[in-house]
Amino acid sequence: MSDADDTSPIQEPLDLVRLSLDEQVFVKLRGDRELRGRLHAYDSHCNLVLGDVEETIYTVGDDEEDDSVKTIKKQSEMLFVRGDSVVLISPQAQS
Amino acid sequence: MSDPQETSDPSTFLSEIIGAPITVKLNSGVEYKGELSSVDGYMNIALEKTVEYVGGQVRNRYGDVFIRGNNVLYISQDVM
Repeated sequence: MSDADDTSPIQEPLDLVRLSLDEQVFVKLRGDRELRGRLHAYDSHCNLVLGDVEETIYTVGDDEEDDSVKTIKKQSEMLFVRGDSVVLISPQAQS
Repeated sequence: MSDPQETSDPSTFLSEIIGAPITVKLNSGVEYKGELSSVDGYMNIALEKTVEYVGGQVRNRYGDVFIRGNNVLYISQDVM
């Protein structure tokens, strides 16, 4: 059985990411940003290439009275994410 | 004190708690509780049956989760 066999068990944390290749993933980034998309590629720095991405940005109101959380959504066909901004990667079970 | 062989170094502790319920606290203050499935030398963590707590409140649940090691403040073994 080769290392690249995607049925091999999880032995190190990045194996979880390897098993998510070509699957929908949820990625939490620094700065209250989240991404949902298909994982095309990754490396040991957690640099990621995602396709059909929805980015959600959480912001609080900019004046003193308004402290409500607003969300901004952006769509991208293809996105390269630099690994140092990645906090968490989770495979998303498809509904 | 306990046998020095038992508590030789931090990575020994981490490898001994694989499979156990743990809490991971990140520098941002967000906490993750789940079962530790693996850790590597960067302190990257894979967790199962994970619950995310923001400000002590449940925010999210994940089946499996990968946490990038640079965000980790501490890893704590939960009392059963």
